[in-house]
Amino acid sequence: MKLKQISVFLENKEGKLKNAIEILSENEINIRALSIADTSQFGILRLIVNDYSKAKNALEKSNYVVKITEVIAVKVQDKPGGLNQMLTTLYNNKINVEYIYAFVDCTDGQAIVVVKTENIEKGINVLESENIKVLDAEEVIK
Amino acid sequence: MIWNPKAECMSSEEREEMQLKRLKKVVKKAYENVPYYKELFDSAGITPQDIQTLKDIEKIPFTTKTEMRKTYPFGLFAVPEDEIVEIHSTSGTTGKPTVSGYTEKDLDIWGEIVARALSMAGATKKDRIQNSYGYGLFTGGLGIHHGAKKLGATLIPISAGNTKRQLEIMKDFESTILTCTPSYAAYLAEALEKQGLSGDDISLKAGIFGAEMWTEELRTNIEKSLKISATNIYGLTEIMGPGVAHECQEKNGLHLQEDHFYPEIINPQTGETLEDGEKGELVLTTLTREGMPIIRFRTKDITTLRRGECACGRTTVRMDRITGRSDDMMKIRGVIVFPSQIEKALLSIDGILPQYQIIATRPKTMDELEIKVEVSESLFSDEIKHIENMQKNIAKAVHDTIGLRVNVSIVQPGTIPRSEGKAVRVIDKRDFS
Repeated sequence: MKLKQISVFLENKEGKLKNAIEILSENEINIRALSIADTSQFGILRLIVNDYSKAKNALEKSNYVVKITEVIAVKVQDKPGGLNQMLTTLYNNKINVEYIYAFVDCTDGQAIVVVKTENIEKGINVLESENIKVLDAEEVIK
Repeated sequence: MIWNPKAECMSSEEREEMQLKRLKKVVKKAYENVPYYKELFDSAGITPQDIQTLKDIEKIPFTTKTEMRKTYPFGLFAVPEDEIVEIHSTSGTTGKPTVSGYTEKDLDIWGEIVARALSMAGATKKDRIQNSYGYGLFTGGLGIHHGAKKLGATLIPISAGNTKRQLEIMKDFESTILTCTPSYAAYLAEALEKQGLSGDDISLKAGIFGAEMWTEELRTNIEKSLKISATNIYGLTEIMGPGVAHECQEKNGLHLQEDHFYPEIINPQTGETLEDGEKGELVLTTLTREGMPIIRFRTKDITTLRRGECACGRTTVRMDRITGRSDDMMKIRGVIVFPSQIEKALLSIDGILPQYQIIATRPKTMDELEIKVEVSESLFSDEIKHIENMQKNIAKAVHDTIGLRVNVSIVQPGTIPRSEGKAVRVIDKRDFS
């Protein structure tokens, strides 16, 4: 199951991140996971939120450039080696990872890993064939 | 359609005779009614009687924006103030504004030349003209307004800004002609696309764009996205406003309305008059204006004049698209750079919008050139390396064009300041004092 992530272009300047987050807050959008990739000039803010199209519209209204990207969400054990098993599976099947970030879900002591592979379909197939649970949108944004 | 065949298709003998008669009259009027011109003539040791041929105009010293500013606000008016019926002014971004005053007859002539321009663009009285130039002291809005009235077309005086409403009116009123700055036209096209629509979903057939410099690349871009024929309009507040020159459908130079304006090309360094076909600074003289006659005004616009009958049938002289201004020409590390060259380079890359700004700095002893480009949906990628590649491609395209290494920054949309729909293209932060 593919998951929709929103990517936001940010200038690497004071207040730019806060401003984007503020817009989401004002529109009552809940952020489930977040990561920032940055260079000295700009950054890409990547978010998993409860309502991606609402978030995209709100940000675009305030002149942000937003893209919807498909990613994979996987549940792994929150213990040593938890992530390694998944990465090994991808590696053995020659699936390139473009980026990855994770958050811990306190309710069941498991970690949710968001991963962007070069080929999303293939990534999902490989993981599922090794019995690694790929989450659907509802399970992530609940 | 040719709006005024008699004026636009005259033989050159006929035209020169008319110009000389009008020049003598305007020179006399300026000398007798405007203290500034009396002093100017006296200091050059000439009188209006010294003007006996068109070539004699070269005896009269130039007037620049700086001199005009000294007469601020009404010092150049040549008629009693109760004959002035409308006033326009520049925004004064580079200093004190310059003011322009019009009599009833001046407004009539302005309407006439804009009607000629609208006709060249393909407009007739059956068209609906969405006038998205700003209304107010700026000559863009009301200039088109006077011309559309003269033409008898249906005018939609929407003025500049409020993009959402512009598109709504464009669709609901089925506007057929759009008039605005080229950068705003590109922005409207982008906004249309964002709504999931294209040039096929609107009724526009032509656009009249000007008030800022633009390139052939931007024309192609706008024509494709809005599915229109885009033509270039030229004018300036000091002389009249938009309509001084305009492109016909040949799109091979702008026909200058020579029965009302006398053009010369000079070498901007020496002031020497150049031959037709040579590139230099445009100098204009008004031949019929009553309220504020202007003699040998240095426009700072760099262009070339070309003689000869155009395929459209008009015989008026054609000026090339403005490629630079003698004052926004920058010297970066000794290399002469015009913003239009950078625009050309940027638009050669797919997905780049004409929203950019050029910033010159001198951190120590070396000039640095930074180019800010607003990110667009098509430019933005979820991956850092794609954006960095885009920066590199932009820097390379600019380097290939001007031969200088530049720093490219990608900025968020809307961060490049705009005034009256005109984008602020160049900022020179170098301190030469």
